[in-house]
Amino acid sequence: MTKRWLQSLPSVLAAVFAAGVTWAEQIGDAEAGAEVFTKCIGCHQVGDGATDKIGPHLNGVFGRAAGANDGYRYSPSMKRAGDDGLVWTAETLGAYIENPRALVSKTRMSFRGIKDPVDRANVLAYLRIFSDNPSDLPEAEPTALATDHDIDPAILALEGDPEYGEYLASECLTCHKSDGTSDGIPSITLWPTEDFVVAMHAYKRKLRPHPVMQMMAGRLNDEEIAALAAYFQGLD
Amino acid sequence: MKLNRRLFIGTSAVAAASLAAPTVLADGHGKPRVVVVGGGAGGATAARYIAKDSKNAIDVTLIEPTRMYYTCFFSNLYIGGVKEIDDLGHSYGKLAAAGVNVVHDWAIAVDRDAKTVTLAGGSTVPYDKLILSPGIDFVEGAVEGWDLSSQNAMPHAYKGGSQTELLKAKIAAMPEGGTFAMVAPPNPFRCPPGPYERVSMVAHYLKANNPTAKIIVADPKPKFSKMALFQEGWADHYDGMIDWIGEDFGGGEVSVDPAAMTVTIDGEVTEVDACNVIPAMKAGRIAELAGVTEGNWAPVNAADMSTKADADVYVLGDASQQGDMPKSGFSANSQAKVCANAVRGALTGSKVFPAKFSNTCWSLIDANDGVKVGATYEATEEKIAKVDGFISSTGESAELRKATYEESEGWYTGITADMFG
Repeated sequence: MTKRWLQSLPSVLAAVFAAGVTWAEQIGDAEAGAEVFTKCIGCHQVGDGATDKIGPHLNGVFGRAAGANDGYRYSPSMKRAGDDGLVWTAETLGAYIENPRALVSKTRMSFRGIKDPVDRANVLAYLRIFSDNPSDLPEAEPTALATDHDIDPAILALEGDPEYGEYLASECLTCHKSDGTSDGIPSITLWPTEDFVVAMHAYKRKLRPHPVMQMMAGRLNDEEIAALAAYFQGLD
Repeated sequence: MKLNRRLFIGTSAVAAASLAAPTVLADGHGKPRVVVVGGGAGGATAARYIAKDSKNAIDVTLIEPTRMYYTCFFSNLYIGGVKEIDDLGHSYGKLAAAGVNVVHDWAIAVDRDAKTVTLAGGSTVPYDKLILSPGIDFVEGAVEGWDLSSQNAMPHAYKGGSQTELLKAKIAAMPEGGTFAMVAPPNPFRCPPGPYERVSMVAHYLKANNPTAKIIVADPKPKFSKMALFQEGWADHYDGMIDWIGEDFGGGEVSVDPAAMTVTIDGEVTEVDACNVIPAMKAGRIAELAGVTEGNWAPVNAADMSTKADADVYVLGDASQQGDMPKSGFSANSQAKVCANAVRGALTGSKVFPAKFSNTCWSLIDANDGVKVGATYEATEEKIAKVDGFISSTGESAELRKATYEESEGWYTGITADMFG
């Protein structure tokens, strides 16, 4: 059944393109995805009889809130993301498996991420088989793929101006403490620059859920994000 | 466009610095001087950032009468029993240690020609740039029957400290099944969700300690900040306890008799056991004395918070009339940073970056039931203009509301560290 849907994809895609929607990634190949999933099975089970192991089982993951699989002990970071409204869709799961910390800073999933977009699309297609919510119509949430998550390497390579960063950072310090303590509001000091930049862009694209941060990051341009990263990296 | 403006600001900053220099030298004083009046979210932040970022190239004096500052934000949580009064008090010791000259006195006059501030203690303090962040005072005669001499019988509790403690004591002393009344203020006023968070916190306290007590709110407005969220919360947590009388039902037709402890709303007299009168507000008096107000507030330029009346006098926070930002501690803190950056640029030639403002107001409806509203803003020619915003939704999960409350606690420690060091 899933296969048939996959086979009819080209015509569906053609219709979507005609409607003016652009997809940077296509729905992947579930069989190839099963192969990619071998990277995950050390911690995650999926399919008939799957249970929580080191990581939570992944049956029905599409459409579920982050950190919402009853009985599994998630990191506070993941619970918070779920409380803030992070729901697993092809888009957010894609971003998460590309770079877990870009989406959930202190996730317990110690996994470098799958950088190849084809591999990501394939493994998502595979996981989709085990999620029936709402259907596997490729153009509908939560299983639709909308955007390309890769950040242009030119953005990551931008050299930020720390003086401008210091000024911009004063806005962050109304809530986040400069001594790095976290108390209801996460710490943002001493982040590796790249993680910081990726996380801010994830807010800007509304992949990360928090409304205040989506708003704050939403009006920062690439140079301003680089400037902030440069400043915070240099904080003692 | 952005580059051009930055260049333009930079150029005028250099020009201003060179103009200011002779006065400073004539004074026999080596450093440019900034005087800040008012040590709250606007003034303390501005003083701290100018001293910190100029690395002592600017002489910063902060004039604030109280030795211990009690924040008005979070004071409702003290009334509700969620926080202690000591949680709200902050001293100026760290600011002084960071190089700010902290003077505990009242500023009673400003001579804008001589560029001096006169203190109640008798001395005069010269300035090159003056930043006024005096908060609010009340409009006389705003509530019939109430004036400052009645504030012991019917506290406003709209400046942090002794008034907050007094109101809490009066609520605690209410007889079983007694009545608490609030007279809410007309727009614009400090902390738009504040009166309604207060109603929530009073209800929270009464529900636990005096569950048959009643709350009446006389409000001259037809609607208020986060109204749907508060009304949902009141129905969920305090069903039948709170009677909000808005403009449509005569909430604006109100007078009080502090001696008899009665409140008259639209002709109907009610005996009350505790009464919180929050009158209409205006800029703190020193802004008016400095001659930078028009009507009740001080109009300012959005790019740097300088007043329309005088380019060397800045007004921050509640006292300013700036456009779209609500009067809040968060707003004042945000404006202070833009102002500090501009003032430092004007006096030392340091880079001046484009103004960016933001605000978030958290409110607590019941224990662990927090909500928030916020927005970002930019400077336009005419005002501080809203860019983007968000508000909590009705029907959110208990987990999210708890996370929002914990976030507000994090913000409180964050902003107070940002103000006082």
